[in-house]
Amino acid sequence: MTIGTSVAAKSSSTQATPLIAAVASIVLGFAIVFVAGHVQANALHDAAHDVRHATGFPCH
Amino acid sequence: MFTRILTSALFAGAAAGLIAALLQLYFVQPVLLHAELYEGGDLVHFGTDSTVSAIQDLGGIDAVRDGLSLFFTMLIYCGYALILVSLMSLAEARGAVISARTGLVWGIAGFVVVHLAPGFTLAPEVPGVAAADVYERQIWWFSTVAASGIALWLIAFVNNWISYGIAAILLLAPHVIGAPEPDVFTGPVPTEIGALFAARAFGVGMVAWALVGCFAGYFWTQQSAPDTSPKTA
Repeated sequence: MTIGTSVAAKSSSTQATPLIAAVASIVLGFAIVFVAGHVQANALHDAAHDVRHATGFPCH
Repeated sequence: MFTRILTSALFAGAAAGLIAALLQLYFVQPVLLHAELYEGGDLVHFGTDSTVSAIQDLGGIDAVRDGLSLFFTMLIYCGYALILVSLMSLAEARGAVISARTGLVWGIAGFVVVHLAPGFTLAPEVPGVAAADVYERQIWWFSTVAASGIALWLIAFVNNWISYGIAAILLLAPHVIGAPEPDVFTGPVPTEIGALFAARAFGVGMVAWALVGCFAGYFWTQQSAPDTSPKTA
């Protein structure tokens, strides 16, 4: 019983880890794109201005 | 697994972003600078009797401005690569083959989702064009990217007619509903410049996405997978 529970927990853990890693990476990637491409703070907007236009993001 | 995703994505994003930035600086930036001459009022063009030359001195390389563009392009493509590689890892777990070759298809799909789909209605804008409120456009942009991304995933990985139907609806809906548009057109930039800008932005975007997909597939296969490799010690 104890062994069965342990195996089940381990199996669940190994399946969950790639999913957690993928979701964490997606969140990180989204945050980078959002800050670099979409935040309208003046300093960020001015620095990334040309890239935002060239990449087709809504600007101004 | 997280390290593998991070490493593959940063290599792929930095390499594709660097090439994208160089292509943008050569092909897109001169068009943008030309448009800014009209946006700032240095040049004025209206009607059919304009005498303003189509050839203008656009200045050379601006180290700070172009350097920032290079940095931000690499940053944005690293962000895109993180999302792309994560989705690749999930697809691989479901049995999909990930390689540089299949990565090319992933890259083209990424271009369709992030560039072509929103740009189909909210076309890449030159500076100075009339546009609706930026926050409303951003909401529409993110909604369109999300809907198109889900649609392509359904087409690629859920193979039945219901998923194809839902995908078609998700692809069409943002454009049938429509993007926030300005009340009046006030753009001072000649349409020739605006059209060239949109075409160049799409072209460079497609090349960059094809590369980021290809590189992501390549680096993903090159990275050893510590989670699944046999333990020798």
